Amino acid sequence: MNSNIERLLKPTFWKVVATIIIILGLYTIYLRFTGGLAAVTNLSDHFPWGLWIGFDILCGVGMAAGGFTLCAVVYIFNIKKFKPIIRPTILTAFLGYLLVIFALLIDLGRPWAIWHAIIMWNPNSVMFEVAWCVMLYTTVLFLEFSPVILERFKAERLLKIIRGITIPLVVLGILLSTLHQSSLGALYLIAPTKMHPLWYSTNLPWFFYLSAIGVGCAMIIFESYLSAKAFKKNLEFELVSEVGRWIIVVMSAYLTWRFMDLLLNDKLNLLFEKSFETLLFWLEIIIGVIVPVILLSKQKIRLNRVGLFVSACFVIGGFLLNRLNVSVTSLQSTTIVSYFPSVYEIIITLFIVTLGVVIFNLAVQYLPVFEKSKETIPIEFEILTDEDFKTEAAK
Amino acid sequence: MNKKAFLIDITECVGCGACYEACKEQNNLPETSDDPLKDSLSDKTYTIVEQRGDYFVRNMCKHCEYPTCVSVCPVGAFTKTEIGAVIYDESKCLGCRYCMQACPFQIPRYEWGSLKPRVQKCIMCYDRVKEGNLPACAEACPTGATLFGDRDEMIALAKQKIAEEPEKYYSHIYGLEEVGGTSVLYLSPVPFEELGFNTKLPATALPNFTHEALSKIPTLVTVGGVLLTGFYWLTNRKNEIAKEKYSSQQKQRGEE
Repeated sequence: MNSNIERLLKPTFWKVVATIIIILGLYTIYLRFTGGLAAVTNLSDHFPWGLWIGFDILCGVGMAAGGFTLCAVVYIFNIKKFKPIIRPTILTAFLGYLLVIFALLIDLGRPWAIWHAIIMWNPNSVMFEVAWCVMLYTTVLFLEFSPVILERFKAERLLKIIRGITIPLVVLGILLSTLHQSSLGALYLIAPTKMHPLWYSTNLPWFFYLSAIGVGCAMIIFESYLSAKAFKKNLEFELVSEVGRWIIVVMSAYLTWRFMDLLLNDKLNLLFEKSFETLLFWLEIIIGVIVPVILLSKQKIRLNRVGLFVSACFVIGGFLLNRLNVSVTSLQSTTIVSYFPSVYEIIITLFIVTLGVVIFNLAVQYLPVFEKSKETIPIEFEILTDEDFKTEAAK
Repeated sequence: MNKKAFLIDITECVGCGACYEACKEQNNLPETSDDPLKDSLSDKTYTIVEQRGDYFVRNMCKHCEYPTCVSVCPVGAFTKTEIGAVIYDESKCLGCRYCMQACPFQIPRYEWGSLKPRVQKCIMCYDRVKEGNLPACAEACPTGATLFGDRDEMIALAKQKIAEEPEKYYSHIYGLEEVGGTSVLYLSPVPFEELGFNTKLPATALPNFTHEALSKIPTLVTVGGVLLTGFYWLTNRKNEIAKEKYSSQQKQRGEE
């Protein structure tokens, strides 16, 4: 135990950085809850949603999308070979949602009233839907992750119950995620006159949904690369590499749809304007979609650890830019004030990212996240086609 | 009680600021500027008079017929009342500020510096109007630039004014159809965009845009649920068949 603590306390560069960010973050939270939002943010009546909504919420939820995507692949499509990477992915999603709620508590003007959505209903509101999805899906994620904790503490009976309801949980999780990812886009449907036409579209919910699946896959790659480096866990690289192929499919569909949408709404001319918005639009599309799709479609790059990782980073970068474009850039064009996040807003965002990394680290060290699951459900039987049997028989 | 509305005749407004002062007094709002014409909307100022070229234009909550704020608030803190006023209940509000983000007229203001912040805006002097009185600003207006009454009557009056003096008025009642209609109707001597009005607002009520997305949820959940479960059953069955086939083959081989 002593050596454990010693190891934890041994200062390294990243530990020092993390500690500094956490202290600054706590200080900012103190300022926020003693001086109000005005004390720490650059938000104003003309720009009521800033970096915290754009990054901490929109990006946070999107990057948690790997959880439901992989669950669908493993449990619904029954491609069991991906099982070894499901736990870290669910952990990411669960942590992501917890941090989103945490960020929300800082951003909301009256955080103590957050539970009001449970009893005060307005089903006409997309935000109402968002609130319910966050509550329900966080619960589902907790249950999906709970076997890891239960295994650690050997609570066999509870474990049995949870395993019994795995499939209903997974189905519920996929439905809630679909609703939630798309509803974040639907939030913006109400502002057709305020948003820049490059980003406003009645298809925004679908764009949010597809790009979330894309970035969810990218996060799987991103994390397994870093985990492999940090914990010397040799995560099945072939599996992760195949996730790279999914990205090609998802992001190509996304790209086609977005351009079709511009074409059908007579907005193609906007692509060639000399404006800040057009520049950012192209940046988002090139970084987040075109470059990674080209990279990943080359087998040599996809089967290369670094190549795969870099491609995933592009997807994530483009995704972050997209969400910030929707939530900040597109609204900037029609408002009279200009918004740039304050230092404190940036600190809180860094603080939340750091918390995520630290908690993930601790969970991996103390919980059986990467350990082979001891589930009794047989998973060894791959789907064999008749062809397979013939070749088997021929041998 | 019938639905009420303001009729603001820009040609009659002299920019005296009486409405501004009356609003401050009625709502117990602190002084924020010496010159009513230089102030802007804030959590302490519900209505303003702005000089735009040769004319004076009032700005305040439009009390939409299909209010975006009412539709977007997750906890229903906003209500469109029977008299047409859109009012706010701070005890429900959780401070998400979606109302501010969504309002097509950029009206709601926030108490950013407060630890118990509220959304603030004109409430059409709800308590006064409910008892049959005029809103403070309409009562204070010395020129008849701000009129108040039943919405139908105000619309009729506006149409009559335009018909009687077509050279005096630009032929459009702003607020009659914008975002599905509002309870603040404007008459102007010049095209509205020249006075800084947003003339690109659609005639459809904005809540329709999100309603369309939200109404798909029940179908999505049921169809999605059935499809996913069905797919699970199919793939699982396929696996089981494969398993059986595999073990029977193994058996055969063993016999051979």
